[in-house]
Amino acid sequence: MTEQDFRAAFVEELIKIAPDLEPDEIGDNDHIQDDLDLDSMDVLNLVAALHARFGLNIPEADYVRIATPALASAYLAAELAA
Amino acid sequence: MGIFQMPSLGADMEAGTLVEWMVKPGDTVHRGDIVAVVETQKGAIEIEIFEDGIVESLDAALGAKLPVGAPLATILAEGAAPPSAPGAPVSKPVETTQAEKPAPEATMPATPPKAGPVEPGATGVAASPAARHLAAERGINLASVRGSGPGGAVVLTDVEAAASTTPASKPSKTAEAIAEMRKAIAAAMQRSKREIPHFQLSQVIDVEAASAWLATRNAELPPANRILLGALFMKAAALAAAKVQEMNGHYREDRFEPAAQVNLGVAVALRGGGLIAPAITEADTLALSEMMAAMKDLVARARAMRLRSSELTSGTLTVSALGEKGADSMTGIIFPPQVALLAVGAPKRRPWIVGESVMPRLVATFTLSADHRVSDGRQANRFLAEIDRLLQTPEAL
Repeated sequence: MTEQDFRAAFVEELIKIAPDLEPDEIGDNDHIQDDLDLDSMDVLNLVAALHARFGLNIPEADYVRIATPALASAYLAAELAA
Repeated sequence: MGIFQMPSLGADMEAGTLVEWMVKPGDTVHRGDIVAVVETQKGAIEIEIFEDGIVESLDAALGAKLPVGAPLATILAEGAAPPSAPGAPVSKPVETTQAEKPAPEATMPATPPKAGPVEPGATGVAASPAARHLAAERGINLASVRGSGPGGAVVLTDVEAAASTTPASKPSKTAEAIAEMRKAIAAAMQRSKREIPHFQLSQVIDVEAASAWLATRNAELPPANRILLGALFMKAAALAAAKVQEMNGHYREDRFEPAAQVNLGVAVALRGGGLIAPAITEADTLALSEMMAAMKDLVARARAMRLRSSELTSGTLTVSALGEKGADSMTGIIFPPQVALLAVGAPKRRPWIVGESVMPRLVATFTLSADHRVSDGRQANRFLAEIDRLLQTPEAL
């Protein structure tokens, strides 16, 4: 999978949690909490969804590394390539 | 024999629109079973029954807008004989003529039904009641519709999109639902401000120990089993409410009725606007993992506007937390007929004195709004002090 694929997957999971968001309007550097208005439970649900989808157990300390689509796609690509 | 009536889901509710029956004549029902879905200003609410028996007849039709107290169904006690005399007065549904021949414009709920994570029905497809209704009306096979709701459930907008080439009018419908909910909030809050002599006490509580304990606990667990700090706050509040009776109960007809159990309301902010505070039953008896699961479930269903009638009416104290990002503190308005509301500000790292040293610690401001007809500063103080005490030993929660 390319970083672009990871971005698409990340946004797909994001939309399931916040169905009012339009995928095309989510910017690479939009912060999921500050810009997209996710609360801490939404973030936890997102992390759980990524765990279910990729088998990647993201520790709490790494939540900051998936805070935007750009950060998340780079993080997922790096972690899952290993 | 009992008449099952349109319940009141809050002082502000006057009527509801029946959108789905979950039972049919001849079914056996038990106390707590969900028998119908009613569309209200607070979304589609699953209505529970409060007696055991057998459904004798359904006396109201789908799409009918019915006032609180209107007969919905006749329930026979088990073993009882059905009313046999043809002259026996059987309750007639209100607006029968409309209900029998549904005219969409006239009978569509004022509040558009929202998406709900719904169990697969007879069709085997997970779909919201409103989506089923429209699909049936337009002759659309639900299985052929791609669901965009939680868990891939088919929601109203999916059916609308399938029914027409014109884009679904999602934004305006959502705006309409939010406007309706805003009216319900306005009614409850105006009543509260008019009737309840509020007073507020605040305490800044050191939550470093709770946060550190939780981080260690969560580090060993997959995301699905992790717990949020908010669940610890909820549990501490529930235990404090069990101890300080004057914060837990209802004020009705000029007197305070303390509650025998703690049903903790959790204020859930809805994306796009609106707020709803369904309750977690006997919250003080739940283990932290159970509390977290209950909160997750409630938030998901509140967002999908698919709550149960008892959850909207059973709360004995409400907690409103600003979450991990946000303002330092908030003074909330009590949700009547409750007599207290606890607002928790976002935890922040601040200089704090521990022993003789100043240290960076995570602290949060807990503000209790209480009803002066029921309590004084003394009890409010005890309540906050108890929460502080409980949060210093998180492992015991």
